[in-house]
Amino acid sequence: MGISAKLSNFIELKYTASFMANYTLKINKKIHQVEVDEDTPLLWVLRDTIGLVGTKYGCGIAQCGACSVHLDGKVVRSCILPVASIGNKQITTIEGLSEKGDHPLQRAWREHDVPQCGYCQAGQIMTAASLLKDVKKPSDQQIEEAMAGQICRCGTYNRIKAAIKTAANIS
Amino acid sequence: MTVINNKLDRRSFVKVSAAAGGGIVLGFTWLSSCSRPERAEIIPELELPDTWVNMNAYLKIGDNGVITIMSPNPEVGQNVKTSMPMIVAEELDVDWQQVIVEQAPLDTKNFTRQVAGGSQSIRAEWDNLRKAGATAKAVLVAAAAREWGVDPSTCTVAKGIISSETGDKVSYGEIANKAVDIEIDPETVTLKGISDYQIIKTDRRNVDMQKIITGQSLYGIDTKVEGMVYASVLRPPAFGQKLQSYDDSESRMVNGVIDVIRFKEKIAVLAHSNWAAMKGKKALKAEWIQDTPAENTEGHNEQLIALLDLEASEPRRKDGDIAKAFAEADQVVEKIYEAPFLPHNCLEPMNFFAHVTEEKVECIGPIQTPAGTQMQIARALDRERDDVHIMLTRMGGGFGRRLYGDFALEACEISSLSGKPVQVLFTREDDMASGIYRPATKYKIRAGLKDGEITGYHITEACVNGNMYGLIPNFFPAWCIDNYLVESHRLDSNITIGAWRAPYTNFLAYAEQAFFDEVAEVLGKDPVQLRLDLYNKAKQHKDDERMQWSPDRMEAVLKLAAEKSDWGNKGSDVYQGVSVYYSHNTHVAEVADVIIKEGEPFVKKVTVAVDCGIVVNPIAAKNLVEGGVIDGIGHAMYGDLLFNEGKPNATNFNAFRLIKMHESPQVEVYFVENNDHPTGLGEPALPPAGGAVANAIYKATGKRLYSQPFVKTMEILG
Repeated sequence: MGISAKLSNFIELKYTASFMANYTLKINKKIHQVEVDEDTPLLWVLRDTIGLVGTKYGCGIAQCGACSVHLDGKVVRSCILPVASIGNKQITTIEGLSEKGDHPLQRAWREHDVPQCGYCQAGQIMTAASLLKDVKKPSDQQIEEAMAGQICRCGTYNRIKAAIKTAANIS
Repeated sequence: MTVINNKLDRRSFVKVSAAAGGGIVLGFTWLSSCSRPERAEIIPELELPDTWVNMNAYLKIGDNGVITIMSPNPEVGQNVKTSMPMIVAEELDVDWQQVIVEQAPLDTKNFTRQVAGGSQSIRAEWDNLRKAGATAKAVLVAAAAREWGVDPSTCTVAKGIISSETGDKVSYGEIANKAVDIEIDPETVTLKGISDYQIIKTDRRNVDMQKIITGQSLYGIDTKVEGMVYASVLRPPAFGQKLQSYDDSESRMVNGVIDVIRFKEKIAVLAHSNWAAMKGKKALKAEWIQDTPAENTEGHNEQLIALLDLEASEPRRKDGDIAKAFAEADQVVEKIYEAPFLPHNCLEPMNFFAHVTEEKVECIGPIQTPAGTQMQIARALDRERDDVHIMLTRMGGGFGRRLYGDFALEACEISSLSGKPVQVLFTREDDMASGIYRPATKYKIRAGLKDGEITGYHITEACVNGNMYGLIPNFFPAWCIDNYLVESHRLDSNITIGAWRAPYTNFLAYAEQAFFDEVAEVLGKDPVQLRLDLYNKAKQHKDDERMQWSPDRMEAVLKLAAEKSDWGNKGSDVYQGVSVYYSHNTHVAEVADVIIKEGEPFVKKVTVAVDCGIVVNPIAAKNLVEGGVIDGIGHAMYGDLLFNEGKPNATNFNAFRLIKMHESPQVEVYFVENNDHPTGLGEPALPPAGGAVANAIYKATGKRLYSQPFVKTMEILG
């Protein structure tokens, strides 16, 4: 509730006051120069300005996790992250998670045939990747806690959990 | 790249057409919609051929042996983009590793039913898909036989290689361009025996897997077209309201906003980015008027309850004499079950791209009913139907919401008025507040009991803006009870309602399956045995052609679920509930295991038995069943949309609760082995879930749940 209330204030107050500015963003090890409104969430810079559409819009208030990306290796919700707040930090999106689409999680997703509609899966993978960076062999409870903010409307949760365990070599 | 069109099959459904197989499709969709079937390991991309030969609307063969199979139906997460081409590939007899799958655009000339709805894709297209593959195979074999001067019937095929008795061999890729003049009637081809299947009934991974897990463009929302603009639309905030006046001066000051356009009762803000369009919409000031009283859930509830006591002018089904049965009964059990509205909440919000020009109407987007939407658009814009072209994208969920083309129509109207290529995107708030909801519904169920039997059954429905569809009165327990009456009442409302995954049965199944659990208890019968006895009764009526469901198949799934769940033999800390339902031509039984965790009932595991005939792609079929069960439980436990002054109480996921990973039970799935015509799985696993859980929670807590969402009811019960 806190986040959404804050965000809506943010939008209400800023819409007429914001101004265009130039930003240098480091995304998937490449430099991008963009000219956008300072309040533009990273999500829309990625999708509409740069054309990286793998990061998805689901709710706009950090409640579903579809827009999850990494900022200096930590998972963040790009739908509420104003571009002006990013500075020098390295951004990693699903397109840059691995060079050949063969991150252990991506391999495990294939093995378990995880997706149904597939729309949430980029966010699920990015969140899981952040977890596995911090915790090599997470317990079921640690997985559930890390993934608790990720919605899968199709209900593929059990396969997501199984795939995370496979990627972490947990039998 | 050269494309050669085969002339065969003009008389039949597998027609060749330049529009279906020729340059237009290749030029427009090739890069965006080709997908390689996935293997467990990544292998290099298939090399594309120099020449394609179009065999028919469903497939083309490359000179290097690579095959493209068109997936005709919209992909909404039900896996048809993998499973339908598998069926073609099976009969074509090719190596699945050499297959590229391409999403077909809307093509009413070549395809019969491009719909994602009613769990019917596989069931309806099973024969067409097999014939498409088998006919192409027969043509290729005939061409090879002609080259060799032998009888085609002496040739054999394995993985795209044709062999003669004398040892000649030729690949499909080599022979295809010599087959262009051969015509074979699809009705005359021989189809494979089930025991010869090498692709069907084996696990094949999602053909879009690599794109999904690496974030490549795939969904409607990902559509980018040169010169396109983004539109965010302000719609009436409450149902029943109309636009009176508006001020767009601040909206037009927002950076990136191009234009503000009123259409009907809505206002579209056009901008260079979604963010600017959304900000522009927030800056609009609009006044709304309301001619009819504003609706609220309390009012609905009072009116629905009152309707339950009325006699309907026309019963939906009436067997025997219900009044007599109740008059003679030893006991009458009567219960009322209640469920709220539900939004669909597809994770990809509604969106559509349209570019309306004098020449044509070009559309791209996620839609479950492209053909119907094409007609809707043509009517609205006063155009010829053939002027409207629709490219299909993978959908980030549908659940029924994308059966309705309102968002596609909006994109077309805005493009028509602005002259620009436009993508309309709903914000989550738009998506939840401008819904076409699962209607709020109540059921009153009465059963007359005499001498340990159910002698009468009377169910009355009261539903906001809807009535159960015509087949439902013939579902279980019809034919199980001699005196049987089904009635339905509709409460008119401004709130738009529509199909929501397993329409009506998504709630009706819970009501009835919970009711039978209670009746079993009153009669002192085991809930499994009570159902088996009822199915036995229905077996006497198997010849009645109205009976779509099969008592034998119901019995089989129930016995399988009971066996696999260890029904009745669990320890004292596991509480089980059973539920069985037939819908969308598939029979499903579920047993829920509930435990008490930190003082609260928790669904630990659900054991599911399914009869859907031949299981085309088991790994994906199980996935769909698991998802259906978890979705069913999630909405029964938490789903709650209320109305106040015509507005929904929740417009985003901070206020509308969807099930999460830690709340999802294990789901064990078993299929009844048979060789029957395959049926669908998009919906049928959902309806039984709520009942199984409610019945198990009763065992665990002693509390009957008559109202969804269960969490709210449990809070009230304490």
